[in-house]
Order: sequence, then structure tokens, then C-alpha cells
Amino acid sequence: MPKLTRNGWVTLIAMATLAVLPPLLLWSGQPFYMDLASRLVVLAIAAVSLNLILGFGGLVSFGHAAFIGLGAYAVGIPAYHATWGGFELVASYNGLFHLALAIGVSALYALITGAISLRTSGVYFIMITMAFGQMAFFLFQSLDVYNGDDGLTIDIRSELPLINLDDPLQLFILSYLSLAAAMILVKVIVNSRFGMVLQGAKGNNERMVTLGYNTYLYRLVAYVISGTMCGYAGFLLGNFTTFISPDMMHWTRSGELMFMVILGGAATVLGPILGASAFVLLEEFLSSWTTFWHLPFGLMLIGVVLFTRGGLMGLFKGRGR
Amino acid sequence: MDYTLLFVQTLNGLQLGLLLFLVASGLTLVFGILDFVNLAHGSIYMIGAFICASLTLWLGNFLWAVVIALPVTGALGFAVEKLVARRLYEKDHLDHVLGTFGLILVLETGAHLIWGPAGITVPLPAWLDGQVELFDGAVIPSYRLLIIATGLAVAGGLFWLVNYTRLGMLIRAGASNRTMVSALGIDIATLFALVFALGAMMAGLAGMLITPITTASLGMGGQIIITAFVVIIIGGIGSMKGAFIAALIVGIIQTMGRSFLDQGFEFFMSENAAETAAPAVSAMAIYILMAVVLAFRPQGLFPPKVR
Repeated sequence: MPKLTRNGWVTLIAMATLAVLPPLLLWSGQPFYMDLASRLVVLAIAAVSLNLILGFGGLVSFGHAAFIGLGAYAVGIPAYHATWGGFELVASYNGLFHLALAIGVSALYALITGAISLRTSGVYFIMITMAFGQMAFFLFQSLDVYNGDDGLTIDIRSELPLINLDDPLQLFILSYLSLAAAMILVKVIVNSRFGMVLQGAKGNNERMVTLGYNTYLYRLVAYVISGTMCGYAGFLLGNFTTFISPDMMHWTRSGELMFMVILGGAATVLGPILGASAFVLLEEFLSSWTTFWHLPFGLMLIGVVLFTRGGLMGLFKGRGR
Repeated sequence: MDYTLLFVQTLNGLQLGLLLFLVASGLTLVFGILDFVNLAHGSIYMIGAFICASLTLWLGNFLWAVVIALPVTGALGFAVEKLVARRLYEKDHLDHVLGTFGLILVLETGAHLIWGPAGITVPLPAWLDGQVELFDGAVIPSYRLLIIATGLAVAGGLFWLVNYTRLGMLIRAGASNRTMVSALGIDIATLFALVFALGAMMAGLAGMLITPITTASLGMGGQIIITAFVVIIIGGIGSMKGAFIAALIVGIIQTMGRSFLDQGFEFFMSENAAETAAPAVSAMAIYILMAVVLAFRPQGLFPPKVR
């Protein structure tokens, strides 16, 4: 049996807690915490996807919320037309179709925006991804068919074989397993030859180019994988909230995703999950305490940036390394 | 095509472009000299608007309110630089983005606490509230002409400041080699703080000028900051000339898109389809422009020479 490292133990314990605690709370008559946990897990998938390019690839994408929105609208738009008619091509309640649409659209959007954005680097990349995210936001805001700013209510969740998404527990289990799969996928990618090139390009792009790697292509593939994963998270989020609006794609949402990754610890497998947990719990705790919860939250954000190194995962690192 | 409307809309686009320049110039100045990405620049624009709006209601005079609010906004920028921004310069761009994102939350919630959730509407003084008929049929509110004149004057003043004064010389020198400037005995920390405060004043001025047309509201900063980023990306980050030209292009495209795109689309699609497509495309127009510019010139239209 392989010996687990300290990080491995922390990961195992954290994931086991996340698996056991919410169902226990549900059965003890606290469905609210089940809701919180589902939201947390779905956002964690998005954070894991962002971490692949931000943490391991060094590509600071500031428009990742757009993928969540695209995934969610891939559920909402077909369901809307299935209920109210029109646009026969996509009108459907079929969850597998929604899933395929979410993944297809996010992959295509990632391919197009990535191909342009990755021509730039550094601060240009941050700003152009942010601007592309806002482009998606404004696009859906201007679509009056889908109520623009006011958003869409999803009356009927995606219909999947074997799984009933109307059951909070089943939705949670699906999301949890997806999160575990996403973590394993990222771990496998990072340890593969592909992942090594990606991380090598983060450290020193010129060196990798000189060694003969087309880092642009590697980065583009990573960007598309990340965007598609995030679109999948959007598919889950749409089914979880049953309400979607352009607000899901707003640049402040992208900023929150970045915060989760940094808070938890970028370029670690467990970091984004810790970050998403801390974010969701803090938001819940602070907003129940005061409507002006953004004030302490913002101060904390500044504090994290100024005074911490390595995020929450940094706390688990041994001394003297 | 209605040429009078076209002329009036061009002026409106020019006015929007100049306001955008006031915001974007501060961003590009701070980035050029400090290599610092400041998301919270839009919040300073908003706070400038709120300070001016409160003062206008209190003093009963819009112009005096602007005159007093300008140094107050500059002082706010100075304080933000001393307290937060300064500590971020050493870190990387990701930390700049997150730190100033936190700053946005603090400043916007602060404004919410002070001024409440509703916006403030500011009345114009009677002598500015009229309209001017430039030529037959082309009627323009005189206040919009004032904005255009102010914007051009500030742009000219900034150009003069950066190119022909000692302070401007230091700014340009600091942008190309800050260690050298510091070694020559210039107090670089104070210079940085001054540049930051200058950018804050210009963003604040833009907020003050727009308030009588719209209102001072909590969301205004978040709206303009993204457009300002698009402007400096198109123009080339760090370039003043680029920011000016890109601001005018973006301002005119945004104005024209709203008023003429549906007519243009009707040439090749049904009226119904045009009515749906035009708002969507005009909402995305500046981002599409940005994508096209970057696809051919990844450093923007006028990349600064030293970087």
C-alpha cells in the first residue's frame, strides 16, 4: 500500500468529511446544510477547473464565470423552449442533451476566446479574459427572449437516466462524485507529460519554447479542458439553483472564483476545495450577521493578499521546508 | 440615413469617449509608471460622483461642488495608495487584481453605508440646462458641449503635463527606469502617490461630470471599469495616446451601435430578427473590436516603447 503524504491525509480527511457530514445533517433534519454543501461542491468544481490553468498553468483567467453561465443556460434555454415552445432544435428536457450542449458550448467558447486571449500574456491576458467574460454577460443581458437581466426560472430539472435531480441527496451525490472525478482528472493531467510542459511554461515560457514545445497549443488545450469542466459545473449549478441569470457571469463572480483558488492555495489539488468551502461558509456566516458583509469580506480579501503565502494549504505544509 | 441625427450621435459618442478617456488615462498612467493593475479605479469614479452630488445638494451650486470634490477625491486616491496599493506594487498582477477587488468591496460597501442604497440625482444649474442649436435641426444640450470642452481641455492639460513639465519628465523617467530615477535622488514613493492621486482625480472628475446626466449610483463604478479596461487594451496598456484614441473609438461605437445598428441589420435580415440581434451585437461590439485588434496586434494599437 502506498504511503500517504501529509497532504494526502489532509485531502482524504477533508473529502471524507465533505462526503459524510451533509447527508448526516440532512437526516438529522437540517436540509439547509445540504443545500449549502451542494452549492459548495459545485463551486468547488469550478474552482478546481480554474486552478488547472491559474495554479498549474500560470494563466490568470478573470472570465471563468462565463463558463458557469454558459453551462447553466445550456440547461435553462432548452427547458424554457420545451415548456413555452419555439426553437424546436434545442427544446428538450433531456439531461444528456443538456450536458452535451453545456460541454459543447463551453468547449467551443473556450477554444475561440482562448485562441485569441493566449496570444497575449501577463496583464493583457487577465484583462482580455475579463472582457470576454463581460461580453458573455452583456450578450445574455441583452437577450430579451430569456428575460435579459431578470433571468430564467428552470421549471423542470434535467431528466437523467437513473438519477433524479429533484432529490437533493441525489443531486449532492452526483455533484460530489463529479468533484472527486475533477480532482482526479486534474491530478492525472498535472502529473502527465502534458502537465509537466504546462507547468514548465508557467515557470519559464521561453525555455520551453526553446526546448521545442509549442506552449501556445499546450495552453490552449489546458484552457479548453478547464473551460469545459467549468461549463459542467454550470450545468450542475443550473440544476441546483433552478434559477439562472446573467449575474452568474458577472466579472465579480469570476473574481470570487479566483479568490477561492488563491485562498485555498493555488497549484495544489485540494486547495480549491478548501478555498470554495471557506468562501461559501464565510459568505453564509457574514451575510447572516450583517447586510454589509462585503465590507469585512473585502478587508479579509486584502488581508489574505497582503499577509498570506500559499493560502490555506500553506498551513498544512510542514516546517523547515 | 438621417444626417442630423448622425451628427448629434457623433457628438454624444465623443462626449462618452472623453469621459472614458478621463477614467482610462488614470488607469494607463498608473499601469505605465507603477506596473499596477487597479480594479478599484471605478470605485473612485463612483465615490467622486457621490461626493460631488452631496456637495451640490448641500451648497446648491454644481460648479463649486466640483471644485471642492476634486481635491477631496485626489486625497482619497492618495490615502488608498498609502494604505493599500503601495503594499501591492512588489507583488504580481494576480495579487493586484485580488487586492483591488477586495478594495472595491470595501469602497462600495462604504459608499452604501454613507449614502444609502438609492442613487442621488443632481439638478443642473439653470444656465447649463438649456440647449444649443448648432445648425438647422441639430440641437444639443449645452451641458453635453461643456463635457466635451472639459474633456478636451483635461486631455490637453494632461498631454502638456506629461510632455512639458518637470513632473511629467519625472513620470516618464519613472516609467522607463524607476531604480535609476530613485538613485538620482528623486523621492519616488511620493511621485508614485502623486500619480495615483492624479489618476483618482481624473476618474472622480468623470464621475462628477456624468452625474447630472444619469445619477450617482452604487453600480456605476463596476460598469465603467470594464469599458475602461477595454479602452486601454485596445490602445495599448501604458500609452496615453492609445488611451485617447481608443476611448473615442469605443465611445462612438457604443453610441452608434445603440442608435443605428438595427437599421443597418434590416438591410439583410427581417425587421424582427434585427430587433433581436441588434441589441445583442451592440452590447458585444466593443469586445468584438477588442478581440479583432488583439488578434492582429496583441500589444494594442499603440504599445508604449519602453516595457
